[in-house]
Amino acid sequence: MTIFNLYIFDKCGTLMHYAEWNRTKKSGITGEEEAKLTYGMLFSIKSFVSKISPYDPREGFLYYKTNRYALHYLETPSGLKFVLNTDTTAINVKELLQQLYSKVWVEYVVRDPLWTPGNVVTSELFQSKLDEFIKQSPIFGIRNI
Amino acid sequence: MIIYGVYIVSKSGGLIFNLDNHVPRIEHEKTFTYPLDLVLDYDSKKVSVAFNRKDGINVGHVLVAVNGIHVNGITIEDGRDVKSTLEAAENYPINLKFSRPKMTTNEKIFLASMFYPLFAIASQLSPEPKSSGIELLEADTFTLHCFQTLTGIKFIVISETGLNGIDLLLRKVYELYSDYVLKNPFYSLEMPIRCELFDNKLQELLAQVEKTGISNIDK
Repeated sequence: MTIFNLYIFDKCGTLMHYAEWNRTKKSGITGEEEAKLTYGMLFSIKSFVSKISPYDPREGFLYYKTNRYALHYLETPSGLKFVLNTDTTAINVKELLQQLYSKVWVEYVVRDPLWTPGNVVTSELFQSKLDEFIKQSPIFGIRNI
Repeated sequence: MIIYGVYIVSKSGGLIFNLDNHVPRIEHEKTFTYPLDLVLDYDSKKVSVAFNRKDGINVGHVLVAVNGIHVNGITIEDGRDVKSTLEAAENYPINLKFSRPKMTTNEKIFLASMFYPLFAIASQLSPEPKSSGIELLEADTFTLHCFQTLTGIKFIVISETGLNGIDLLLRKVYELYSDYVLKNPFYSLEMPIRCELFDNKLQELLAQVEKTGISNIDK
């Protein structure tokens, strides 16, 4: 099990933070373009899911899997979006994302007096805490190639 | 096990077949007092909820009956107009029935062609080399399984969540497709599938899967 990368978007689709671990392939476009493409895809998936769903969705889209990776999605009521790419065997990623939100994002970004909502997160404390949080999670594991 | 629907998308991204197997009827009836606490959107073809939700009635649900009388678009079947009826205080308390709108054929074609780019972008954004497109997409109300053949045709099954072995079902649908569609001399590739035998066999397969589970499909 492993974790590849993480995108955090705000409600307007601005990339608030990007981090990667163990990523082996670049998409071949700039980081900014890649973030826009990811956000655009998720936006379409959300609308796709709400239309094709046989019942009224509550949370809607949760994750998708390909043969190489899984993309997990968590949207908070305030519209903040956490997108985590892991390998396909990872489990309990939703809980991990919820903890990431409450233990790292709220603690080190929301409570950061220098941060104003809608701005990119530059806090080094947040970055190191995020790195620590991801690396100690059971999903991160040891990569066996 | 519930299978909600099967879709087949051609290699150029058009919907060539779809089957609604199990469409749940979602209807909610409630008696309202004046003033109505739902904001309604009076379209030229339907009356739908634009804001607020109540007892299962959600944004997007369409008005289907007033006091038990069926609503046809924007007029009640007894000839009255929906908007003026709902705006007059003397008609209250009033009983309204809302239902989740069913997908029209146009919407299905639209959604199928929407899945095509999502599939392609998912493979492009992969953090690992040589990734396929979306094989499984999970939401809280359903799971979508997609199987792309070597020739680029996508088989999509929408089912309830937490089922195993849908891959097997998809392969079986592919088998039926090769047997009853591709071998049909009147069928031309990329065109919508209108083969009675295929319809029957697919329905049989889904009925069998719903009754006895996927592991019992004969190979």
